[in-house]
Amino acid sequence: MRLLGAAWRIALLLGLGVFLARPDLFAPIFAPLTRFDAPAIYDGTSLLSLTLNHLALTFAATLAASALALGLAVLVTRPAGAEFLPFSRALANAGQTFPPVAVLALTVPLLGFGAAPTFLALFLYGLLPVFENALAGLSGVSPGVSEAARGSGMTGLQRLRLVELPLAAPVILAGIRLSAIVSLGTATVGSTVAAKTLGEVVIAGLLSGNTAFVLQGGLIVAALAILINDAFLWVEGRLRARLAS
Amino acid sequence: MIRVENLTKRYGDSPPVVDDLSMEVAAGEICAVVGTSGSGKTTLLRMINRLVEPSAGRVLIAGENTRGLRGHELRRRIGYVIQGHGLFPHWSVAQNIGTVPRLLGWKPAEIKARVDELLGLFGMEPAAFRDRRPAELSGGQQQRVGVARALAARPDLLLMDEPFGALDPVIRGRAQDELAAVQARLGTTIMLVTHDMEEAVRLGHRIAVMDGGRLLQCASPAEMMARPATPFVEALVGGAERPFRLLSLERVEAAVEAGEADGPPIDAEASLRDALSACLWSGRDALPVEREGRRIGRVTLAALRHRAAPGGAGRAA
Repeated sequence: MRLLGAAWRIALLLGLGVFLARPDLFAPIFAPLTRFDAPAIYDGTSLLSLTLNHLALTFAATLAASALALGLAVLVTRPAGAEFLPFSRALANAGQTFPPVAVLALTVPLLGFGAAPTFLALFLYGLLPVFENALAGLSGVSPGVSEAARGSGMTGLQRLRLVELPLAAPVILAGIRLSAIVSLGTATVGSTVAAKTLGEVVIAGLLSGNTAFVLQGGLIVAALAILINDAFLWVEGRLRARLAS
Repeated sequence: MIRVENLTKRYGDSPPVVDDLSMEVAAGEICAVVGTSGSGKTTLLRMINRLVEPSAGRVLIAGENTRGLRGHELRRRIGYVIQGHGLFPHWSVAQNIGTVPRLLGWKPAEIKARVDELLGLFGMEPAAFRDRRPAELSGGQQQRVGVARALAARPDLLLMDEPFGALDPVIRGRAQDELAAVQARLGTTIMLVTHDMEEAVRLGHRIAVMDGGRLLQCASPAEMMARPATPFVEALVGGAERPFRLLSLERVEAAVEAGEADGPPIDAEASLRDALSACLWSGRDALPVEREGRRIGRVTLAALRHRAAPGGAGRAA
């Protein structure tokens, strides 16, 4: 069963790789979805470069959101930072409250068109899952373990680095996974403000009534989401197994 | 070894949790601190390693005021064992035991040697246990690793807060005997907090009774039973049970006299309480006493009766 699961993911990865390297090979499959002799494969920008751009944007936004959210969660779980909890929660929640489209619309006048407003929207949208999970993970360390860590003479920083973060790691990683997957999907919307993401393919398809384009863009994003999600789950599983065994 | 002077902890305006408490524990002694929940005994212990900062008063360890050190540096010099062991679940047994030596910057080879030495001391084969995770150990083994971790950096003082509270009665008895043996061998000074008077009598060279944040009495078990300072202490040392507790403090060899007796013998290392129990159960007035399989005399019911009363012979009461 596990072998089967691994096999189909490897197949998916290979399929995606081949499709991105040589999309023309797949033209016959997409051709029936086009009308009036429109191209079957998107040719505005290469699919590979759009994919890499899309991934880079998602990665950068997730990294920045994770760093800030984790930092805030660490801060508010320290005795000295406890009073910042309501503020941090409000900030993370506000990021989730504004729909990314609204953020894009509001920031384009300030930041111009392109990747910058998209990065901002993804960053804000990605804060909450990491923050809440990190908070749950860090405050979920059993009181006995924290007490033993203090009683052994660990400094605050040593407790965080040696005990709290390793024990909370699987939960924190689950938050980063959620944030990354949401970002990956949402980055497509960035193409409405001219960010170079896979959303460009979908939008081009919608504008020209070319179902083949819409499908290609959608399929690539879906395959990426499945693969990234699984990779995160695999690492989480390994971390959990290390804690449980 | 450790001296507590006028130690007080109060939170806000409520009555103090620990109220102007002074006491002393001599080097190499086990002092059992007994009291009901809320008596302040755990707070007292946590003020000694400064997990709780005192509101007033001071603590001297080997003559040195503990305020002079930074909290975490002080704690690396004091062993600390808590109820339910508090082992780090993501670390192996060896990593857990090596916690404080690692914080102190010992060399890896030294740490490994120390870990193996301690595992051996607690009857756990190093090769079999070193790499296991806490979750793979039984409750008794986890507890032993917890004590080994506290002893790893060779502290002169060990603080224990209900260390056996999470163990079942059979394992608990064994763990207590083992602690007494290890303590006798290493000579570590121990302050042990418990609400179990049996445990205090079994392990404590001295017992400190606390109630409402105050120290009611600090004395040897025998003296406390013979002369409880207050009705509360008397109730705690167990009113009607006192004769049996007194007997449990001494070994049969202390009451051996010359002479013969019939029936199965009792070992000289057994407690007088066990001897009384054997007399009553088998309906005999005297039991033959053996040491390493050899008869050395007998113990009589009359001698037991004498020793079960306050001021019984051979006791510094």
